[in-house]
Amino acid sequence: MLDTSSTDMAGSSLDEVIACPECDALYHARMPEEGARLVCKRCHHVLIAPQKDAYLHVVSLALTTLFLMGGAIYFPFLGISAAGFENKTSVLKTVMAFLDEGFTVALSIFVAAFIIMIPAIRSILVIYVILPLMMGRKPAPYARTAFRVSEDLRPWSMAEIFIIGCAVALVKIVAYGKVEIGPAFWLFIVLVIVTVLQDISMDRWSIWKALERRS
Amino acid sequence: MESSGTQKLITAREAGLVSCTRCSKVWPMEHKTCGRCGGKLVSRDMMSLQRVWAWMAVGLMCYIPANVFPMLNTQVLGKTSGNTIIGGAITLAHHGGYFVALVILLASVAIPVGKFIAVAYLAVSVRRPDMLRNEQRHKLYHFVEFIGRWSMIDVFVVIITSALIQFSVAVTVRPGIAAITFALSVIFTMFAAMSFDPRMIWDNDGRGWPETGNDRNE
Repeated sequence: MLDTSSTDMAGSSLDEVIACPECDALYHARMPEEGARLVCKRCHHVLIAPQKDAYLHVVSLALTTLFLMGGAIYFPFLGISAAGFENKTSVLKTVMAFLDEGFTVALSIFVAAFIIMIPAIRSILVIYVILPLMMGRKPAPYARTAFRVSEDLRPWSMAEIFIIGCAVALVKIVAYGKVEIGPAFWLFIVLVIVTVLQDISMDRWSIWKALERRS
Repeated sequence: MESSGTQKLITAREAGLVSCTRCSKVWPMEHKTCGRCGGKLVSRDMMSLQRVWAWMAVGLMCYIPANVFPMLNTQVLGKTSGNTIIGGAITLAHHGGYFVALVILLASVAIPVGKFIAVAYLAVSVRRPDMLRNEQRHKLYHFVEFIGRWSMIDVFVVIITSALIQFSVAVTVRPGIAAITFALSVIFTMFAAMSFDPRMIWDNDGRGWPETGNDRNE
């Protein structure tokens, strides 16, 4: 359990202390049992949440994300047919559709970054950082920088928002014709679930600790 | 497992330490960068409020054209008509799409406007005696951080709709100029929320920070 009396704090070395990044409260950093969590008393921020076989889970989920992303951007995503016209699109085509004129190019680049590039880069970085730890080796060169970048990119990975956007667009476009849902649509939904699971399995504190210890 | 004791919490700052907000490692106050993750160490970033206001201002500047100019341009047999965010939602509602209209109004109007107000309130209340309890301010901060990204829904809706509705000369839909200013507005307000240092909410027993004083990096 946590002991936060000031006399105790003064006596412990800085390695045994953790500060809540959101409210600055100090705690003794003691690894809780697997599955248990250390939560900040006053702002309820989760400080430490170790999980069984976390490295293995995170690496396999990140690999899954990469494979799913490959399929999800390539296969047909949505299609629509009306009065003899037919139009099918993939995520890649959707993103590239506006590379022909002025400001829409910027729009294409943003969307490509949010739903394809950033999720993919995060998966690659996470594999690069965690795989050596999983195999009990020394961390890869620049592993700390890689993990830092991956964490900084987290809010900019918007696959889940894209899926909700698709749902809204679907309801909107049924007015125009018969809508067809392609395999990539379902792949994308699985991808969103896998990404969420990956974020849940990652205990940042344990990873930082491991990167510090072994390099 | 939250601790049940009622002993007073001490902060890293009160203990003469500075904490890394990125990896939660604690260092002696004089350290400037985190030796573990390389993050910049600042005990309380009072400049953060200026960054919050600056990002907010740019975000607001982008949000105005996003509401004035068309989000979608629909071309039917050579005739082009534009739809703004609110105009588009009203058209949808007229055609019976109440639910979608509601989602779009929520994501594109309610969330951004609520976010402008909430971030401004957080930034102001750090400097003032609290008008709300600390836990509630912290919850508000969390909510703002969580919800901000979801405004991007409408940009994705525009992209998907315009990629799909391409029936040669009969009907084509293209993104309007508001789509890009709206996306920029969401990005800038995300930066504003990220610039806010929530640790300030809890300082001085929630009594906040005085307006004067050279409190940067103390």
